[in-house]
Amino acid sequence: MTDYSVDLVPDLAPSSQYKFATRVLPLLLMALLLLVIPLLEPSRTSLSLLNAVGINIVFALSYNMLLGQAGMLSFGHAVYFGFGGYAAMHAMNWIETASYDGGVWAAFPVFALPLVGFAGGAAAGAVIGWPSCRRAGVPFAMISLGLAELIAAAGLMFVGLFGGEEGITGDRMNGVEAFGLSLGPIGEVYWFIAFWAFAGTALMYAFTRTPLGKLAQAVRDNPERVQFVGYNPNKVRYLVFIAAGGFAGLAGGMSAVNYEIFTPESLSVIPSGLVLLMAYIGGARYFAGPILGAIMLTYMQSNFSDYSEAWLLYLGLLFIGMIMFAPRGLAGLLLSAVSGIQHSLTVKSLLRWGAYCTAGLLVVVGGVTLIELAVRRSNGFGEVFEPFGLHLSPEQVLPWMYGGVLLAAGVGLLTALHKVGEGESK
Amino acid sequence: MTAALQLKDVCKSFGPANVIEGVSLEVKRGERHAIIGPNGAGKSTLFNLISGLFPSTSGQILLSGRQICGLKPFEINRLGLSRSFQVSNIFANMSVRENVRCAVLWSLGYGHSFWRNIGNLKEVQRKTAEVLDKVGLSDKADVPAVLLTYADQRTLEIAITIAGGADVILLDEPTAGMSHSETNRAIELIEMASEGKTLLIVEHDMGVVFGLSDRISVLVYGEIIATGTPEEIRGDARVREAYLGDEADFAEVTA
Ligand SMILES: Nc1ncnc2c1ncn2[C@@H]1O[C@H](COP(=O)(O)OP(=O)(O)OP(=O)(O)O)[C@@H](O)[C@H]1O
Ligand SMILES: [Mg+2]
Repeated sequence: MTDYSVDLVPDLAPSSQYKFATRVLPLLLMALLLLVIPLLEPSRTSLSLLNAVGINIVFALSYNMLLGQAGMLSFGHAVYFGFGGYAAMHAMNWIETASYDGGVWAAFPVFALPLVGFAGGAAAGAVIGWPSCRRAGVPFAMISLGLAELIAAAGLMFVGLFGGEEGITGDRMNGVEAFGLSLGPIGEVYWFIAFWAFAGTALMYAFTRTPLGKLAQAVRDNPERVQFVGYNPNKVRYLVFIAAGGFAGLAGGMSAVNYEIFTPESLSVIPSGLVLLMAYIGGARYFAGPILGAIMLTYMQSNFSDYSEAWLLYLGLLFIGMIMFAPRGLAGLLLSAVSGIQHSLTVKSLLRWGAYCTAGLLVVVGGVTLIELAVRRSNGFGEVFEPFGLHLSPEQVLPWMYGGVLLAAGVGLLTALHKVGEGESK
Repeated sequence: MTAALQLKDVCKSFGPANVIEGVSLEVKRGERHAIIGPNGAGKSTLFNLISGLFPSTSGQILLSGRQICGLKPFEINRLGLSRSFQVSNIFANMSVRENVRCAVLWSLGYGHSFWRNIGNLKEVQRKTAEVLDKVGLSDKADVPAVLLTYADQRTLEIAITIAGGADVILLDEPTAGMSHSETNRAIELIEMASEGKTLLIVEHDMGVVFGLSDRISVLVYGEIIATGTPEEIRGDARVREAYLGDEADFAEVTA
């Protein structure tokens, strides 16, 4: 028999260069980016958008601990975001009281409130996960939905805890200052958000590399077999659920400090659905997918909602489109584009890419025209759709035809490209 | 010395269908014991009962003298019993190395730890590499399990089963569907992996069964009709009867 002393065993682990490039480098780049952004002197609007993005990155990554890593589909993840946020919000008020009357909270910096959020989210996860993690698959998803509805309703009932419809408010400029940040101006809040977004991302990435993180992936792949290598899949799910609740609570704590207000709406099914979309559209199979999804959806939410009343409709269409045509999400699209450039960069493939993009653009332009016309017509105020200085009235036939023709041309081109592609692969 | 595994009058019914009807069986420590029998005899069901996947309807199952009826599969696994599946049951989206790594974690005492980087656990790396080397999958360590050939998936199935270092190993038709040369390699692997352990194996290939086992039990319609050494089984009239129609075949392959 072979003697398996350490140096005789072939080292199967990836090379340290590979490890650095795939594990450490992305995090370093993220840190660098976070440090560079303030040098570009972003406007107040951009800063508040960036802060919202930072919160949603942590929230979406925490959601993906469940969906992408452990294969648990939850419709109620905002509950843990909410519990964390409320815990942080109450603590913020205790800090304020203590800064006048004294007490233990006087020594607690507002900067560290996301830790209180983490504790709140994890505690909620530990209590709610206990019954719900005994089920997997569809029953788990249904229980999470039911609980989300129940807790959102409770949020309006228990006014002392959740502050009723107005929620509870606080003031972040109290107590001890950490890192010399008063957290007054939005530029200082940026550093707070950047710090926690980075810490949350790094910790959640580290989690994927632990024994429990690996077991979570095994449970996602094959819960039955996990039982026969000595693990209880329900217990693995439960522990991951607590961790995911904790990180959602961390994001809630970030949100509490950023907005200084927390309302029961933030633990309802609407943000729960939105975080699902972020993870899915970004690409639940990849660690970085939810980051892309969070950036894109937060941007859409803050910008499109100004331009169009139909933005939720666009969001829905985007979601359906991704499920049907790019189930690996934005991250998957990006990766296949990169590998396409590396391996098969020919004139032909470039032409095909160009054709696909043209077709996609036609579909989008045609679809948007039709939707915007329809919205204006149904509003009945005689409003006119005026993109890029054009004058498209919903009362005339021609604009509808433009939209219809563009959409039809796009769909036709896509179908043709698809047929050509199929013919070649035969 | 207590038997490694002992079944006392174990029964299992699915609704009205009595699939296992009073099986008693003793597998001695260090023994290689084969279970043979026609399709649908209840061999896999018996494995499912022993490993805790299904509860038995009645009877007792003892692992090293300890009652294991009613325990969950992972509890039985932690007591040192590991099984493979007739249909490959692996972690399809994970690499071969990750598959084996998941299977060694519990035995090395890492439980549910979430404060350690798995890449820094030298023992885990070493044990994983050792198992992969043993089964000959080292060169495919980074291949996603789903992309392996059928025979390699069967090998990985065995690798996962033995990785935790269990003392009692149950293999359900490990060579099913393999070519002749693949079967020979699998047998070598099984002989090596079961050295110093207790092996209970279900196998259809009579050549394999009679070459490998110390004792054989014949299961027909949920009942064990004979247990004995290969010689005793070869000469057993009831066994020949059970394989009636194939009698000539049976004589031929067991000769
Ligand atoms: N979960 C179940 N529910 C109902 N019936 C079952 C179940 N599992 C097995 N059976 C039945 O029990 C009988 C024995 O099946 P089992 O798979 O144990 O046979 P086997 O001896 O392993 O056969 P093979 O050689 O084909 O693998 C079959 O008739 C099967 O239909
Ligand atoms: Mg079987």
